Amino acid sequence: MTTAAPPIVSFRDTVKTFPATAGLVRAVDGVTLDIHAGEIFGVIGYSGAGKSTLVRLINALEPVTSGAVLIDGKDITGLPESELRRVRAGIGMIFQQFNLLASRTVAGNVAYPLAVAGWPRDRRRARVAELLDFVGLADKARQFPSQLSGGQKQRVGIARALATNPRILLADEATSALDPETTQDVLDLLRRVNAELGITVVVITHEMDVVKYTCDRVAVMEDGKVVEHGDVYSVFARPQHPATRRFVGTALRDRPSPAALERLRHRHPGRIVTVAIREDGAATVDLTRALREHPIDGTVVYGGITEIAERPYGSLTLELAGDDAAITAFIEDLSRSTTVLDLGTAAAPLADPDAVGPRASAFSSGDQGGDAR
Amino acid sequence: MNRDTDWGYLAPLLGKAFGETLQMVSVALLFAGVFGLALGIALYVTRRGNFFANRAVFTVLNVLVNFVRPIPFVIFIFAVGPATMAVVGKTIGTEAAIFPMAIMASFAFSRLVEQNLVGLDPGVVEAARAMGASRWRIIWSVLIPEALGPLILAFTFLVIGVIDMSAMAGIVGGGGLGDFAIRHGYQRFNWEVTAVAVVVIVIMVQAVQVLGNVLSRRVLRR
Ligand SMILES: Nc1ncnc2c1ncn2[C@@H]1O[C@H](COP(=O)(O)OP(=O)(O)O)[C@@H](O)[C@H]1O
Ligand SMILES: [Mg+2]
Repeated sequence: MTTAAPPIVSFRDTVKTFPATAGLVRAVDGVTLDIHAGEIFGVIGYSGAGKSTLVRLINALEPVTSGAVLIDGKDITGLPESELRRVRAGIGMIFQQFNLLASRTVAGNVAYPLAVAGWPRDRRRARVAELLDFVGLADKARQFPSQLSGGQKQRVGIARALATNPRILLADEATSALDPETTQDVLDLLRRVNAELGITVVVITHEMDVVKYTCDRVAVMEDGKVVEHGDVYSVFARPQHPATRRFVGTALRDRPSPAALERLRHRHPGRIVTVAIREDGAATVDLTRALREHPIDGTVVYGGITEIAERPYGSLTLELAGDDAAITAFIEDLSRSTTVLDLGTAAAPLADPDAVGPRASAFSSGDQGGDAR
Repeated sequence: MNRDTDWGYLAPLLGKAFGETLQMVSVALLFAGVFGLALGIALYVTRRGNFFANRAVFTVLNVLVNFVRPIPFVIFIFAVGPATMAVVGKTIGTEAAIFPMAIMASFAFSRLVEQNLVGLDPGVVEAARAMGASRWRIIWSVLIPEALGPLILAFTFLVIGVIDMSAMAGIVGGGGLGDFAIRHGYQRFNWEVTAVAVVVIVIMVQAVQVLGNVLSRRVLRR
């Protein structure tokens, strides 16, 4: 998508430590990462992974301990405070708790960064009206933040962050305090900000759904390190790292847990297989074809298909009825186009190799046709 | 109280005492409002983790405030006598009483200011920093306005404390309502005079409290 464009944000072996009771916390521990202009970049990780610290290095709210942070190819590490303020003014930021000024009206909040940037009063007023219109809060200009709902507050936060036409918008857990429906609205707004205004958006979250719905690329963080990054679909369709697998597992519980599998075997004592559904495998079509062509019956007993980065993703678990040779032929046939995991029968069960973790390593690695047993 | 009180003689004295109290209280408060606010902000911003974090400065200010605040005011008046002499030029009289009141009130107010700022959500400061606001701008355009409601209540509390201090001004010839009550009431066993002086003080305090409540509520109604 943005192949040739130079990175708008670039981390080079960036380290950030904080003093802690025992020694130092390496909140960001040697991150090297590029964020390209025009993309929506996700950073996902559990609490304490270092996401907020990483994003606060982008607008220099924290100085790096070692390594570098480059904005538009320019190293901002070690710049004096006055120049850092200019860097910050060109980067918008929104927060989980919105961080609106309670003493100012909605319009006053949106006008604040304009005042900081020294805009004259009349231009400020016009810009505030324009921004409130963009986020759909034109009628709330004179209200105070305490009179708004969470979703409205975040819209004000977004309007405020966009006021001075930044090229980058940082969103630190911007939807984590919102209910699912409002979350969707705010994520839609972030997508509009990206698509209509061309602003690069960096989304920090611990929720897989947010990344799945919003981001082009993603970095998975754990213990201050980026353990995996890349295109959202490839990272989540073929997760390499346990942390990534756990996140994928939270987004779609398409595969039966060990307990659910036990219950399945009671109800369905026959051969059970799990078929991966991926965009590149055209798996539902192949599944239908294989069921038609082989002398067996298949019943879907578990599963789920969702979208990641607007592409199909999930799995279906089936009970197969027929003679063993036919079933084996069916599995071999289907394994040529997608991943099939044989779970055996109630009498001769085969374990899910990834039953300890919520997701399968071999299963998810996506080597097509390689791992049916 | 059974004695006939000569209000013809006392009334002008009461009026004068009231004027002295007003003068002492308002000048001390003016000073404490400015200096105490500055000191309180200094305590807040030099705290660990805040944007002018400076352990040495914070420790000095903190110890100073902790050292001064518990000193009983009656003793403090005499303790700062030399400083009063240096600044005011005398150690007796209303002006001489104002100086220790202003100092003590500043220290008291600084702690109240600091506490109210500590209670603020650090997120709003972070947001302002993220917008490129300078630290000085954050002080006057974020910290003070965001804490204004509680700061008004804290100042109201301070006014009442300073009125209380002013009652001890008589000790250095500062006059005022407290002095009037002691001299013309208490020392002459005239409870009527004492009561009148007390009522005047109570009314002052009430008026200040009501005003403070109204103002802070107006600021907080958002
Ligand atoms: N200002 C700070 N002082 C000390 N430790 C901090 C500070 N900020 C973050 N940390 C520590 O750094 C680690 C990463 O924190 P953070 O970046 O907030 O993670 P996340 O946003 O992923 O939850 C945590 O262990 C946290 O305690
Ligand atoms: Mg965080």
